[in-house]
Amino acid sequence: MSGPSNKDWSKAVSGFVPAAGGGRELQDDEPLLFEAEGAYYDGASARSGVDLPAPLPVSDRLGGLRREGKIGLPGLSEPQIVRHYTRLSQKNYSIDTGIYPLGSCTMKYNPRLNERVARLPGFASLHPLQPPATVQGALALMDRLATWLKTITGMPAIALSPAAGAHGEICGMMCIRAALEARGEKRSRVLVPESAHGTNPATAAACGYAVDPIPGDARGRVDLAALKAKLGPDVAAIMLTNPNTCGLFEDESLAIAEAVHGVGAFFYLDGANLNALLGRVQPGALGIDCMHMNLHKTFSTPHGGGGPGSGPVALAASLAPYAPLPWVVHRDEGFALIEERAGDAAQSLGRIKAFHGQMGMFVRGLAFLMSHGGDGLARLSGDAVLNANYLLASLKDLLTPSFAGGAMHEVLFDDRFLGETGVTTLDFAKALIDEGYHPMTMYFPLIVHGALLVEPTENESKESLDRFIAAMRELAARAAQHDTEFFQSAPHRAPRRRLDEVGAARKPVLRWRPPAKSTAAE
Amino acid sequence: MRYLPLTEEDRRAMLGVIGVKSVDDLFGDVPAALRLKAPLDLPKGMGEIEIERELAALAAKNMAADSVPSFLGAGAYRHHVPAAVDYLVQRGEFLTSYTPYQPEIAQGTLQALFEFQTQVALITDMEVANASMYDGATAAAEAVMMANRVTRRAKALLAGDLHPQYRAVIETYGRFNGFATTLAPLDAVGAAIDNTISCVVVQNPGFFGDVRDYAALAEACHKAGALLVVAVAEIVSLGLIKPPGAMGADIVVAEGQSLGNALEYGGPYLGLFATREKFMRQMPGRLTGQTVDADGRRGFVLTLSAREQHIRREKATSNICTNSGLCALAFSIHLALLGEVGFTRLAELNHAKAVQLAERLEKLPGVSLMTPSFFNEFTLRLPCPAAPLIDALASRGILAGVPVSRLLPERVNDLLVTATELTTDADITALAAALREALT
Amino acid sequence: MSNIRYTKDHEWIRVDGEEATIGITDFAQDQLGDIVFVELPEVGRKVEKGKEAGVVESVKAASEVYAPASGEVTAVNAGLAKDPARVNADAMGEGWFYKIKLADAKELGDLMDEAAYQAFTAEQDKH
Repeated sequence: MSGPSNKDWSKAVSGFVPAAGGGRELQDDEPLLFEAEGAYYDGASARSGVDLPAPLPVSDRLGGLRREGKIGLPGLSEPQIVRHYTRLSQKNYSIDTGIYPLGSCTMKYNPRLNERVARLPGFASLHPLQPPATVQGALALMDRLATWLKTITGMPAIALSPAAGAHGEICGMMCIRAALEARGEKRSRVLVPESAHGTNPATAAACGYAVDPIPGDARGRVDLAALKAKLGPDVAAIMLTNPNTCGLFEDESLAIAEAVHGVGAFFYLDGANLNALLGRVQPGALGIDCMHMNLHKTFSTPHGGGGPGSGPVALAASLAPYAPLPWVVHRDEGFALIEERAGDAAQSLGRIKAFHGQMGMFVRGLAFLMSHGGDGLARLSGDAVLNANYLLASLKDLLTPSFAGGAMHEVLFDDRFLGETGVTTLDFAKALIDEGYHPMTMYFPLIVHGALLVEPTENESKESLDRFIAAMRELAARAAQHDTEFFQSAPHRAPRRRLDEVGAARKPVLRWRPPAKSTAAE
Repeated sequence: MRYLPLTEEDRRAMLGVIGVKSVDDLFGDVPAALRLKAPLDLPKGMGEIEIERELAALAAKNMAADSVPSFLGAGAYRHHVPAAVDYLVQRGEFLTSYTPYQPEIAQGTLQALFEFQTQVALITDMEVANASMYDGATAAAEAVMMANRVTRRAKALLAGDLHPQYRAVIETYGRFNGFATTLAPLDAVGAAIDNTISCVVVQNPGFFGDVRDYAALAEACHKAGALLVVAVAEIVSLGLIKPPGAMGADIVVAEGQSLGNALEYGGPYLGLFATREKFMRQMPGRLTGQTVDADGRRGFVLTLSAREQHIRREKATSNICTNSGLCALAFSIHLALLGEVGFTRLAELNHAKAVQLAERLEKLPGVSLMTPSFFNEFTLRLPCPAAPLIDALASRGILAGVPVSRLLPERVNDLLVTATELTTDADITALAAALREALT
Repeated sequence: MSNIRYTKDHEWIRVDGEEATIGITDFAQDQLGDIVFVELPEVGRKVEKGKEAGVVESVKAASEVYAPASGEVTAVNAGLAKDPARVNADAMGEGWFYKIKLADAKELGDLMDEAAYQAFTAEQDKH
């Protein structure tokens, strides 16, 4: 066997940093798929990571619409692809790596059991348009999940189809608007607290409403008097998060409901922070008409680097007739799907997405609920709130909590503790990366200066919290010593230092393009 | 409880630090009248063994589409997902990370999304693509709203062979967002274009399976100052047929489920969204861009965020936040594995199987093929109502297709039939025999 | 500089005969931080006093730009598309946004002069 000489060998690897060397390979740049050596080999040398049989020769029926020329996709073998994505994955922080304390995101542990059961062929390999008689188990599962969600929320109806939280919001607001139109009313304003998540005003606007902000009070809650002053016959709804994005329970919820209902408007609850209430408070008892839930927050389905989510909506009896299609119903012969606007569903607002909702997430969410059980939900929310308050108690002497008193499932600090140090919330968060932690939610909610919103979830052990607290305290002390440069230059130990976001937005590069002189990819 | 690390001792110690007696005391801000007095009336918590047993029993009540000869399509397609895809998307670093708002420690997700955006732009032959939408139907509705912004008009013209559920979703958004929709049969679309419409939405291959060239329609749209939106429900088709970009489409929306993602009874799926660079700032959803870090090393960030709800609030281009990140990753890995050679062969294979299937079925007595040109799906007109026939065949273990009447009640005798690379000769023989028997 | 007037939304307008040049103030660019994009009205469009005429974006914020006076747009600063940083570098000069043919010069009457605007921003800085 003859191999290349050493000289040839070094030529062959020019441009590559040798991978040997104690894990150094993980710090190296990973080329784009399109830049991988040999990705654009042609003809018999072209690589593919999938072996497919040769198609039978048939005379095509494409009506002359055959694609011309190359697409320009790179070709690599399976081991090359697996290595590429494995190396990419190692540049990510994740819940599996450590605490992920993003406030109002509820980054809880994603049980692997959920992944296993969602992949049972009897769920994963179902076509959405199979005859209902062949999917009775799937419809039963949807019905069972709806029953859990109805019981947890104390609401009479559930719309399962929304694909994510914001999709649930628009579903709920569409139901509200449909109900108003059915009353012959066209209202124009939706009230949204200044502390709300951006999806709330965006949703109201997408639904054709003007957004009217409501200020908070000194206690971090909705200013009830200001709210009442804004109410009128042209108000369609209020969108409120409870517990709110300051981590506080809106304790005047019933008074808010009474005032809102008093002018004929609806009360929309953003359920992003439902985790704090599980098994302890039924949102239905708060006087609401509608709320969405995030299965990918509260019920542990994975965030997957930005989705998919699932945003079922709980509806009061007054809104239930407008729920989007399809509806799962139980009849003598078994479960059925109502897919047309007729009969009981004559007033449905119609479809908001293709097919029936995020089935893969329903299986995962139900497995999570079955794991905790009706008897275990209060323990779950109790631990989530306990962990948050433990953080608060352990940090409040060095950091500055924005509001007095205890917290629910998340704790809001502002940047007063950074004072005149020159260290910003952003700098502080980036320094936390060097300590091995994902930062908390920053600069949100907008109602306090330099917000740091911390949500530990129920899945952190006391040991994990103690380590996190120690890191936070050390950083706070360091900031107090005006070690500004340390913060401003962080992070140093992450796969990348701070990235030039201004440059990215001024001259957007949103895709790879073949080098100008390359002929291979054109 | 296996997911809760705190011990009773931990809880006591932590309550001591906080200075309260019990966990219940932490809920003091919740008025007592609002608090539940007893556990919810729901089943008690279970271990893995019981849950697997119970959910497996539910799963067993379903007829998995890969356990029988299966010919369903109509916007959701059964394809083979390579083993490496499912392994890689289950890596915790991808599966359990959040939206990459901290780019220094999310380069894996960000680079993968940048590669995804590039792949989508390449196969659709468009200039830029976003980081995904919920599904093809919601992407189509977002495309209309974007066309409305670009043209400052508020009326969409929908072509007759757009997927009925895509059309329904656009109509729902139209009712609440405040734009009008009109429907025109495909051959009347050209004549219906005027300078009040923001866009025409067509599907290719169409809902009934036809493949057509929409270059002339694109020209007609542009003459009227409107945009052409092309929806692609079967993304594998772009391995073989002329891409929408080459026809002059301004926005391409697609359902990406076919690559990397299981059928999952309809979701989660993957909305693809691509457009021309000049419209980039009107796009909905997240975008990943290339930049450099403080040391000058290449890196990736979410960019042009001022379009989005978390910054623009009520003036955002869309209310979308969470999208279909992991489905996009699965799509991207599958397409990366296929490569140019594999993707085109996969498409050839799908078409060849569908031609084989059509050759067998169009010869059946009383059956006519309604779509002379198609990719991997076509419409048959039967001599009898399709829905009861399909139910009967299902009870005999054949998922024979989608009766069009399930989506368009007036099309009683029409049947949509799909073949993919997973369709075997035995499947084709079984379907042909069963249909022949049922029709005679 | 006496022909420059200011709005409470931090736009400036400089009148030169029938034509006026419009931009955002140095105070505004400083508050926004690095400007990454400016959306300008098209030439020929009629803008209306107090109504939205464009958008200015930084990485973390986007603000509407309102017309300080009504009129027809006669020119826009095309250079901002390629180099939005000009707004940061020279908001009152090279970083101008657009010019209009004034519909009614009397509309400028209720705008602030330099001294009033300085006092106005000094007050804002306190918050």
